[in-house]
Amino acid sequence: MNLYTEGDPIADTKAPEGPIETRWDTRRFEAKLVNPANRRKRTVIVVGTGLAGGSAAATLGEAGYHVKSYCYQDSPRRAHSIAAQGGINAAKNYRNDGDSVHRLFYDTVKGGDFRSRESNVHRLAQVSVEIIDQCVAQGVPFAREYGGLLDNRSFGGAQVSRTFYARGQTGQQLLLGAYQALERQVAAGTVEMHARHEMLDLIVVDGKARGIVVRDLVTGEITTDFADAVVLASGGYGNVFFLSTNAKGCNVTATWRAHRKGALFANPCFTQIHPTCIPQSGEHQSKLTLMSESLRNDGRVWVPKEKGDPRPANEIPEDERDYYLERIYPSFGNLVPRDIASRAAKNVCDEGRGVGPGGLGVYLDFADAIARLGQDAVEAKYGNLFEMYERITGEDPNKVPMRIYPAVHYTMGGLWVDYDLQSTIPGLFVVGEANFSDHGANRLGASALMQGLADGYFVLPNTINDYLATGDFTPVTEEHPAAVEARSAVEERINRFLSIDGDRTVDSFHRELGRIMWDYCGMERTDEGLRKAIELIRGLREEFWRRVKVPGSGDDLNQALEKAGRVADFFELAELMCIDALHRTESCGGHFRGESQTPDGEALRDDENFSYVAAWEWGGDQPPVLHKEDLTFEYVHLVQRSYK
Amino acid sequence: MDLATRRVVNTTVGKKAVMAVTGVILVLFLIAHMTGNLKIFLSTESFDHYAHWLRTIGEPLLPYSWFLWIQRIVLLAAVIGHIWSATSLALKAKAARPVKYAHRRPVKGSYAARTMRWGGVIIVLFVVYHILDLTTGHLNPVGDSSRPAGNLIADFAPGRWYVTLFYVVAVLTLAFHLRHGVFSALRTLGQQTQTGERRAKAVALVVAVVIAVGFLAVPLSITTGLIK
Amino acid sequence: MNLTLRIWRQHGPEEKGRMVKYRVEDVSPDMSFLEMLDMLNEELTLAGDEPVAFDHDCREGICGMCSLMINGSAHGPERATTTCQLHMRHFNDGDTIDIEPWRARAFPVVKDLVVDRSSFDRIIQAGGYISAPTGSAPDAHATPVPKADADAAFEAATCIGCGACVAACPNGSGMLFTAAKVTHLGLLPQGQPERDERVLNMIHAHDDAGFGGCTNTGECHEVCPKGIPLASIGRLNRDFLKASRSISR
Repeated sequence: MNLYTEGDPIADTKAPEGPIETRWDTRRFEAKLVNPANRRKRTVIVVGTGLAGGSAAATLGEAGYHVKSYCYQDSPRRAHSIAAQGGINAAKNYRNDGDSVHRLFYDTVKGGDFRSRESNVHRLAQVSVEIIDQCVAQGVPFAREYGGLLDNRSFGGAQVSRTFYARGQTGQQLLLGAYQALERQVAAGTVEMHARHEMLDLIVVDGKARGIVVRDLVTGEITTDFADAVVLASGGYGNVFFLSTNAKGCNVTATWRAHRKGALFANPCFTQIHPTCIPQSGEHQSKLTLMSESLRNDGRVWVPKEKGDPRPANEIPEDERDYYLERIYPSFGNLVPRDIASRAAKNVCDEGRGVGPGGLGVYLDFADAIARLGQDAVEAKYGNLFEMYERITGEDPNKVPMRIYPAVHYTMGGLWVDYDLQSTIPGLFVVGEANFSDHGANRLGASALMQGLADGYFVLPNTINDYLATGDFTPVTEEHPAAVEARSAVEERINRFLSIDGDRTVDSFHRELGRIMWDYCGMERTDEGLRKAIELIRGLREEFWRRVKVPGSGDDLNQALEKAGRVADFFELAELMCIDALHRTESCGGHFRGESQTPDGEALRDDENFSYVAAWEWGGDQPPVLHKEDLTFEYVHLVQRSYK
Repeated sequence: MDLATRRVVNTTVGKKAVMAVTGVILVLFLIAHMTGNLKIFLSTESFDHYAHWLRTIGEPLLPYSWFLWIQRIVLLAAVIGHIWSATSLALKAKAARPVKYAHRRPVKGSYAARTMRWGGVIIVLFVVYHILDLTTGHLNPVGDSSRPAGNLIADFAPGRWYVTLFYVVAVLTLAFHLRHGVFSALRTLGQQTQTGERRAKAVALVVAVVIAVGFLAVPLSITTGLIK
Repeated sequence: MNLTLRIWRQHGPEEKGRMVKYRVEDVSPDMSFLEMLDMLNEELTLAGDEPVAFDHDCREGICGMCSLMINGSAHGPERATTTCQLHMRHFNDGDTIDIEPWRARAFPVVKDLVVDRSSFDRIIQAGGYISAPTGSAPDAHATPVPKADADAAFEAATCIGCGACVAACPNGSGMLFTAAKVTHLGLLPQGQPERDERVLNMIHAHDDAGFGGCTNTGECHEVCPKGIPLASIGRLNRDFLKASRSISR
């Protein structure tokens, strides 16, 4: 049987024509509006309270809509956006260093390795400017200079300083800003907050998204909730790898359930692997911790020249060390983009030159920086990161080099959306990391926060009006056949988990699935490996449904049951990711196919055959169906990236 | 009290403010009281003269001993306010943790901070005794209100060392109470910087030591026979 | 290493709980505390027992979801560290470790070690924000903020809302949490128009939630994973008294 079939192409019909600078204005003008007096009669469900979901719910509440906000955590303030460290990009050009909306647009399309939509990215760059204004007005304490104005830094190898930051906790500060705006609306009565609730299915009535099935994680009660539109802001799916920098609870269930109800899933294989994470210390490892990319500004990456060199780092003399990034990429050195740094680390470890437990790590050495800048200067710059590293590993980076290894960090793929951020199910909107739209095959540093807030504060609240202004929104009740069916399917699935009573824990399956994905659908993918992975995943999934043991009942807080549902969905997603990776025989951005590389081992894009978005339709019992959305580049010229 | 004020006073911070302000009034009284006590080191006549003068403050505007009564009313109000806010906050704190920890690391804060509540109770008991002893004279071996110095010397006579001991215990308890209390009052009334915090702690320590030394000097001198 | 754990088990909010003893063996010193509990839960699951419920999410010390009173200390024995960042190398072979939930009336137990901290959200709802509806903002550089103020505001704003301050406070007070937000917003020019209203309303919400009052023992600061300065409570007090005066005028 074929792994997939190909269906009709798909197109974004909402992006206006015309000069790219005017498209967002045009769309806002053409979109229908909802009379302020009528807004409170329109209800919107928002799932997820991170930067995108929190800001969207708050802004829709301010606009006067009746919003129902859901999150699985105990408070909306805990969404994983909170963990973002580095910063947020904006084309303010406060530094007068030649930045502009067009340059941010250009850098983002190029950084995404030409697999994103020009219209969307240009809008993102335009809106970036307003985000900073908005956040400052809310009281986000960005870093400032002595004159009282905002500080900027260059980030992730960008040639302009356009990154706004709040020490290493930018995500936290931005999220708290959105959270506070959200709580203000909760107090004002426009937003109903439902924390510790997990969305387990989407309710589609007459082809439109009209509600969700949720489980109250405390009481176990399964209920349905209805609205005129549903917004998914449920984040990325990096946890399919089990070990990632995502929070333990991050999952694909909300978007996957929507996918099964008809929403196309775009570019699932585009995952970002971040080069500077703390390596795994053993089999017990439950998650990986990111160390800010800024460390590469002063740290030098190396491994021993000799395979399996048993000596501790400081006993290896200078001429027996291989500063491989500086050697291979003399012009960018240690500052090459994330995908390149990650793959280079993998390569040296595959050669058997990795360091630390299992040989899965490379050194990030600050000895030179300390000698050059002095202990105090290094301490001032990286002190908190060093402390964090020492807390986890018990080693002091001032004395021994840090050990780092790449880890799954971000997923560029997600539900397919048009320019209005509407999925292929009318009334289902998708924002933030959960959609696929802006980062192409690779996301630039400090762009995730920008996209989440752009979607939530500025894009969705403008585009959703067009949908809410038109529809016939006949009220739906829990007795509606579509609701009854969705709800009983959810209940059935939960009962099935609880009744298997096997002999393996959910985590053991998740760990094994993650291992398969990391080995075959990680930093380097090959035809043979991906086919093997698909086979392994199918086998493991079958075993899961036979042998998993979910203790307890469905009638109260049951964390194992929550995990079981999430892992079951990861199995299905994992297979689609491998199929997507298998069909895309080019290398681009975070997707590196062993078969598609230049003679010296760099990623080789195939624009002629793969300049499209791969949007997958759920096939049910049949293989998934591929719909291609062609990408055209009118403003950015296609070039092969080079960092040599 | 109008509604707005009542709303403020009934909050935890409002109650703390009441405690701080009343505490400051009581500390000011203690300093004046202590200064007066020390007059006995000049001579017993000087002390008696001072005690008499207290009743004539404000004359002829105020009739004889009116000032003293006004002061007593203010002090009583301060004590009531202080105890009310302390009790009410203690009850709220008790209610705030209905189930106790099975394992609780001892509170690291200073000994003084931990003993505020029981220390307060000991001080109240002492004050009652102290008034019956040296103000009304009921518990004093002499109890002659016209010669307070005599009462004092009889009170702390070497043979009545247990009275002195009780007095010492009470004054030390008071000193501990002040060490945390003065700092806490300054914090409650708005001290908010790191340097301010060090300064507030220093002020609290100085006040506590001065009060302890000042109040202990008299009874100890009498018991040891320095003053006869 | 091998450890004895005594863990608070409580089936539901209304039920009585008790400390239950468990043994865990072959604990690696490189494990985080939560990974050690994961291991216990795997064993309990396979043995047919119900695993221990505990809150956690980011496991990198920033989301504020993890809690746990470990041997009587909120977030365990290490300073400025959340439970998820606490590693087993700080314990010894043969240790007995007591694990309890945060205990406060305002944080009722949901199950085992999981508590309900929505009272913190209600304090924020009462005024822990600056009213700046989306789209209404002036240019970010319209109002310069002195660096010292911005840095101090940031320091207060790093509060992760974990509730350790409440758990450690002998009075069960949420004053450090409330003060952190009052300080963060009150230091910025953008926060001035609502400054008086904010502090009054937040204190009322704090008291209504059933938290106790502050007696300046400083326990909260000792356990705070982000080291929120105790002096911020002084700032809250001052703002509160000042606001009370201007409101009654």
